[in-house]
Amino acid sequence: MSGQSVSRETAGKAAGSDWLSRIPRPLHGWIVPVLVVVVWQIVSGLGILSATLLPAPASIVKSFLALCASGEMAEHLSISIYRAGFGFLLGTSLGLLLGLSAGLGKLVEKTLDPSLQMLRTVPLLSVIPLFILWFGIGEFSKVLLIGLGAFFPVYVNTYLGIRSTDAKLYEVSRIFQYTRLQQVTKLIIPAALPNILLGVRLSLGASWLLLVVAEMMGTSAGIGYMIQDARAYSETEIVFVGIIMFAVFGKLSDSAVKLLETRWLRWRDTYKG
Amino acid sequence: MAAEMLVVHELNKTFATPSGDVIALNRIGLQVKQGEFITIIGPSGCGKSTLLKIVAGLDTKYEGTVLVNGKPIDGPSIEKGFIFQEPRLFPWLTVEKNIAANLSLRKPEVRKRVDELIALVRLQGFERSYPRELSGGMAQRVAIARALLRSPDILLLDEPFGALDAFTRSHMQEVLLDIWQSNKTTMLFVTHDLDEAVFLGERVVIMNPRPGHIRSILPIDLPYPRKRAGHAFQELRHKVLNEFEKVEGPAVDEGAHI
Repeated sequence: MSGQSVSRETAGKAAGSDWLSRIPRPLHGWIVPVLVVVVWQIVSGLGILSATLLPAPASIVKSFLALCASGEMAEHLSISIYRAGFGFLLGTSLGLLLGLSAGLGKLVEKTLDPSLQMLRTVPLLSVIPLFILWFGIGEFSKVLLIGLGAFFPVYVNTYLGIRSTDAKLYEVSRIFQYTRLQQVTKLIIPAALPNILLGVRLSLGASWLLLVVAEMMGTSAGIGYMIQDARAYSETEIVFVGIIMFAVFGKLSDSAVKLLETRWLRWRDTYKG
Repeated sequence: MAAEMLVVHELNKTFATPSGDVIALNRIGLQVKQGEFITIIGPSGCGKSTLLKIVAGLDTKYEGTVLVNGKPIDGPSIEKGFIFQEPRLFPWLTVEKNIAANLSLRKPEVRKRVDELIALVRLQGFERSYPRELSGGMAQRVAIARALLRSPDILLLDEPFGALDAFTRSHMQEVLLDIWQSNKTTMLFVTHDLDEAVFLGERVVIMNPRPGHIRSILPIDLPYPRKRAGHAFQELRHKVLNEFEKVEGPAVDEGAHI
């Protein structure tokens, strides 16, 4: 009897995953988005939805192609990537540097960390008026805002990662008479790497978020500006194009860090679901 | 050959705790010859691991004399290898890189020694594996190879096989004896396992807790390889056990007064 129920169960399982197994594995994540777009296009074609509220996917693609052809897209995209990239690099490198010094040295930890921990709790968006007063609405102000947002996740996680280095492994490094430099490069940084990379991923998210905020606070170029401008003229397709561009680049940059994680953290023994 | 590798004389160690000072080691005296295999056995809290950490140079706050190769200890050094109860491998390094640790595998002499040691601890085929892919016994063999790479004069082992199952443990004991016989490394081996102490040691040091001190030192005059089932082995085992019971009895009573 038990044998029967087992065989029925396995049979049911096989039938359930049958249609899924016909689709190549990397495409599994695409099933839902593709379905949504197809249904969306059909519904739009029936004229149920107002084109200014929810334009059809086809018209979004059309306006995307038009933007590309006119060179507008390249212009907006390049200035956005420049701002996000520059701010991100500024923030993460400073975060890494200060996180390392606070994690490794008692002096920096005691003097600098309390102030940074306090500043960290200030909502970033509340300092925007101050930034505008101080630095205006130029590129410097924008890059600085993005840099500030990217700084904290890397700083906090680098510091945390260093301090979670296993004391038992530290003892091993003493037994083998590691130099201080070897302790940092061969023990502390590898041990902190999972946290550091997590910080970098969080920083990327913060960078994209603040890019949009910065580009909406007054500028004449960039994807955020493009969205804002299109809204003023009720060109909903372009708003969608802008949002999709953010989604694509956000995902791409996140995947890049994830790729580093899988390459550098291969050694990790964790629950994989 | 008969030179004193390790001399411990009138060693005292006190731990400061919130409820007052606790004497961890009281007037420890021990002399170990070059190439000797010493096992130290005692119940938990008798200070055997503390003694080992002092010899290793990991703990430098003590009173008394501890000489390794005639020189006082001023910290860890490569002439003293240490093997912990856990393998303590670096999880981000492969087996061969763990063994090399802070030495570069690109140096041909390091490469050659690492390959020899991997063969010695029988881990061929696992050179590129990460620690998470190893069993407990394999990981501990990596730790042994890592300690041996530095060609230590003395190897300090702190219950290294305590966490292993019985089969793996007896295999590891044989591996260790092979290494000892081929390298003639001085061994200071801490254990709480009676069989292990008698099976491995040329002399068994029996320690007593509260405060930690040496109760007695018994020579084990049995040729290697020893047979656990043999009559002489069992007799010596009983002899150590008797010493042990003397240790356990009054120690517990004394403990009740504190």
